[in-house]
Amino acid sequence: MLEPTIIKDDELEVLLADISVLYGYDFTQYSKASLKRRVNRICLLDKFASFAELRYRLTHYPEYLQRFIEEITVNVTEMFRDPTFYKALREKVFPQLGTYPFIRIWLAGCSTGEEAYSIAILLKEANLYHKSLIYATDLNPGVLETAQKGIYAINQMRQYSENYILSGGREDFSSYYRANYEMVKFNADLREKMIFSTHNLVSDSSFNAFQLVVCRNVLIYFEKELQNKVLRLFDDSLDPLGFLALGAKETLRFSNLEKQYKQLDSEKIWRKLH
Amino acid sequence: MGQIGRLEIELFLIGGSAGSLKVLLDMLPAVRPDLTFPVVLILHRKAGPESMLDILLANHSNMGVIEVEDKTTLQPGTVYLAPADYHLLFEHKSLLSLDCSEKLNYSRPSIDVSFQSAADIFRGNVGAMLLSGANADGAEGLAYIKKSGGLTVAQDPSTAEVAYMPARAIERGAADHILPPGQMASFINNLSVSTN
Repeated sequence: MLEPTIIKDDELEVLLADISVLYGYDFTQYSKASLKRRVNRICLLDKFASFAELRYRLTHYPEYLQRFIEEITVNVTEMFRDPTFYKALREKVFPQLGTYPFIRIWLAGCSTGEEAYSIAILLKEANLYHKSLIYATDLNPGVLETAQKGIYAINQMRQYSENYILSGGREDFSSYYRANYEMVKFNADLREKMIFSTHNLVSDSSFNAFQLVVCRNVLIYFEKELQNKVLRLFDDSLDPLGFLALGAKETLRFSNLEKQYKQLDSEKIWRKLH
Repeated sequence: MGQIGRLEIELFLIGGSAGSLKVLLDMLPAVRPDLTFPVVLILHRKAGPESMLDILLANHSNMGVIEVEDKTTLQPGTVYLAPADYHLLFEHKSLLSLDCSEKLNYSRPSIDVSFQSAADIFRGNVGAMLLSGANADGAEGLAYIKKSGGLTVAQDPSTAEVAYMPARAIERGAADHILPPGQMASFINNLSVSTN
């Protein structure tokens, strides 16, 4: 079903200004087409008949903010999405990372954690996990709780297992989790080197130096100017010769960083030159 | 050409699912490369790394075919193909964006999502065509475009490999025109401003 349009463009602007002033979350440079759909969607989910009702709830009930942000940001993710990307990580990036005594990876916009577990599995299989740290960050505290638990619906596992095999995985995928009724819980040793933390790409600064920054299907929700700002943040957070991985349809091409990076073949992975 | 009083078409959308590729491959060679608007294709396709659909379409078209990336700019006389596993949205009249939010009608890209987004930006200045398919996706989007004043076309279900999708659109009165594949290219050509 198509959702009716409840929020008009100028109302969206008013709402974003409110949120920015009251709560310090700045969505004004998010891509409007997607954001408008999300705000409309939450009006339907939470039964706001008008912009005024939504605005009232948001401005008078600070506890509603977390839910609002969680619902207007897209938290759809999966394990080993785009298996060829993970194959490239295995074959082209990890052999380089393996030369470091200690590997720091930043997974920006980790959502409910499926990518973090995917990368942990890859690192284990490359025998690098013991000397790695995965910093998994997201704007939403709620999704980080899910990520930390590592509990997912069992009906996804067939797809994830197929993706895993396509990514070059040779183990039995089901050995990485334990099933219990409709859910699976990923093994605790996969979480050993994960650090979960909230981080807002719009407003927070660099917090460490990394050899690999993974941020897939996050920049698509940002307007170009904000994309450039976030890409500079990644650049500031990457060691020389570090790797930057973006989503399958995202690019460095429109940014002023392109000249300082070299793309690896056809995958959306770039290496910082110096 | 009977387009008197119609708003100028600034964008043409084509949505299709099962059975639509053959229609496109037959029709696209006859579409003029100097169209005064871009053509955007929303096709249900399997997410896969080695898709060559853009190349296949380019080989059957006199226009350039671009598989859409994030923030792709629209140019007239060019075909834009929605990538697998993303919804395609319109930021403004010349800028596309992508979104990987939940599937709609079991589909991502969803034809409904893109049709609605286009209608919100282009209002009546959009034409849209719904081809063969086994999914209900697209019928509601086509109706939305019609309601916004856009020009709507459904493939004649009797000519469709899978009639369900265009038939659903026609049932709900979403189609201004019902066309067989053989008439589609000239219909699109005639919407171009440069055509007399």
